[in-house]
Amino acid sequence: MSLLEIKDLHAKVADREILKGISLTINPGEVHAIMGPNGSGKSTLAQVLAGRELYVVTAGQVIYDGKDLLEMSPEDRAREGIFLAFQYPVEIPGVSNMYFLKAALNTIRKHRGLEEYDAMDFLNLVREKMKLMEMDQTLLNRPVNTGFSGGEKKRNEIFQMAVLEPRLAVLDETDSGLDIDALRTVAGGVNALRGPERAMIVVTHYQRLLNYIVPDFVHVLSQGRIVKSGGKELALELEESGYAGLGIEDDEEAVARV
Amino acid sequence: MSDSTNTIETFANQEYKWGFVTDIEADAIPRGLSEDVVRLISAKKNEPEWLLEWRLKAYRHWLTLTEPTWANIHYPKIDYNDIIYYSSPKSKKDGPKSLDEVDPELLKTYEKLGIPLAERAILAGVAVDAVFDSVSVATTFKEKLKAQGIIFGSFSEAVQEHPDLVRKYLGSVVPTSDNFFAALNSAVFSDGSFCYVPKGVRCPMELSTYFRINAKDTGQFERTLIVADEGAYVSYLEGCTAPMRDTNQLHAAVVELVALDNAQIKYSTVQNWYPGDKDGKGGIYNFVTKRGACRGVNSKISWTQVETGSAITWKYPSCLLIGDNSVGEFYSVALANNWQQADTGTKMIHIGKNTTSTIVSKGISAGHGQNTYRGGVKILKSATGARNYSQCDSLLLGDQCGAHTFPYLEVKNTSSQVEHEASTSKIGEDQIFYCRQRGISTEDAVSMIVHGFCKEVFRELPMEFAVEAQKLLGVSLEGSVG
Repeated sequence: MSLLEIKDLHAKVADREILKGISLTINPGEVHAIMGPNGSGKSTLAQVLAGRELYVVTAGQVIYDGKDLLEMSPEDRAREGIFLAFQYPVEIPGVSNMYFLKAALNTIRKHRGLEEYDAMDFLNLVREKMKLMEMDQTLLNRPVNTGFSGGEKKRNEIFQMAVLEPRLAVLDETDSGLDIDALRTVAGGVNALRGPERAMIVVTHYQRLLNYIVPDFVHVLSQGRIVKSGGKELALELEESGYAGLGIEDDEEAVARV
Repeated sequence: MSDSTNTIETFANQEYKWGFVTDIEADAIPRGLSEDVVRLISAKKNEPEWLLEWRLKAYRHWLTLTEPTWANIHYPKIDYNDIIYYSSPKSKKDGPKSLDEVDPELLKTYEKLGIPLAERAILAGVAVDAVFDSVSVATTFKEKLKAQGIIFGSFSEAVQEHPDLVRKYLGSVVPTSDNFFAALNSAVFSDGSFCYVPKGVRCPMELSTYFRINAKDTGQFERTLIVADEGAYVSYLEGCTAPMRDTNQLHAAVVELVALDNAQIKYSTVQNWYPGDKDGKGGIYNFVTKRGACRGVNSKISWTQVETGSAITWKYPSCLLIGDNSVGEFYSVALANNWQQADTGTKMIHIGKNTTSTIVSKGISAGHGQNTYRGGVKILKSATGARNYSQCDSLLLGDQCGAHTFPYLEVKNTSSQVEHEASTSKIGEDQIFYCRQRGISTEDAVSMIVHGFCKEVFRELPMEFAVEAQKLLGVSLEGSVG
């Protein structure tokens, strides 16, 4: 059975339709890259999957693990194993990263009928995962994303993903704002989390990230539709000819209105 | 704590031993205020002549005063002649007859806060004859305190048993003429608490549980006086975290603290009186005068308050730093949700040398709530080397609420240091969504963010109080986001 099945998904924000019929099937273990110019609807797709209420689904269906995803609250989606690595991770002053993550992990564990972690278990788990992300332990005691550099924020997202062990991870422009070293580390973290049970959707504007996180499938999005799908070589093709080579213009009008 | 809770529960679960009711006191005093009413109150309490005179003086002065209007609060005019100034015990005839008649929302809140079943009926004001015998519970505590020479009991009792102590300190920090509400309280106060900790004694327990049982019916005009003699220490917890069902509209309390040489008083409040409904109907008007005098050298008074209830809060727990090296602290969390209005803060008056004060104020506004911080730091000429640090932070939820800050600084000694920091932030929808995407519910997310915002204050609260206060904030903010 597929893990995620998107059927003819339409979504709008305010009164503007952004997704105009997306269909996509993702099986466990697969990594799908979603590429496309600015304003093509990549991030909207990511947000809709996570349940952001700002975006209203007007038509279509999303089945996740046999359930109607669109009926579920954002927190239930997370508890059922959907993780969104945010393009712009949100700062939460006053709440320590450690406390936040422990609360998240324990809510998810509770939902799955697992025993909640105590402080010791949690710390051990976290130490192990921090090594993976080459993260400085002081980041744990700082407020969530507050005063973090761009790279630290992105690293923190993947670190959270490593701790929460989702079944479907959606990475929304995780590469944006990263220098090449940070990109390598983040990609290394992501690759370490690839496995036969876990699927990933990697949303990116540039092919660069896909040198490090090699996808099984690549889909090109334009004006709210998937205009082309292929294997990892499609990304390379795009790198050479650009979106224009596929006959796609930057969806500038859309960008201007976002 | 758990021991005392057990004691209470044991009592609560006991069958009522005296299977009859005597309704001794019908409300004999008619509505309104006059010298006769003041005399009547004093007579009912069998008070000595000097106290009656003291009340009358307050009453006569009150007549010359007008209600203050400088605070950033709005409410219909209070008719002081439409209030019953004495009813003891408070008439229970109007209350619900059983828990079945109590607003289920209120009961749900008790459940969430983990209030023991037995206490819920009392807090909800159910007209049961006696859920448990609070006098007996109180006695257990009293014996323990008495062994150390600590006097702790109701104000009326103290007037009878320790008139000299009461006379020496009553009104010495908040004089009868201090302000409109303090003068009113001085004239008509019904009861309250009195505590005296003798020289060198460290009070062995938080004076809390006692209060939770005993203070339920102290009425609209309560009076608290706490004296810590040289080298003494006491931590006093006022109020309870559960919302009190109380139909009174006006509360005007006075609290006076006196700390002598090297003495320390820690006074913590969690106020969660009825805030009115979602449309701003009903709710308590809470006009309170709280002040502590650090009279002795190296003395310290610390106020910590979590104010989540009342339709209107008008309250400025303050410190007079008279003794050299004395320390005043004010840690506050004030919440204004729905149509609540809070105008609260502190005054730190530096008089002695090298006196220091710290002010940490956290205001949370939600719904249509209006939250005002009003603080005064005064450094007199005599206060060489005085230092103050103030921090006022505001957190907004939604876009209908307001946060206001009025810090007043008056410095007359050039050797002093005064620091003030302020910030305003907003809980954004993006923060809530971020939490939810990690599996955390909206309710828990708000509570987590608010707790993070308040933690500098919460860590000043005694442990179990802090846990309850955190839960309480979560409950009070329910439905304010999303």
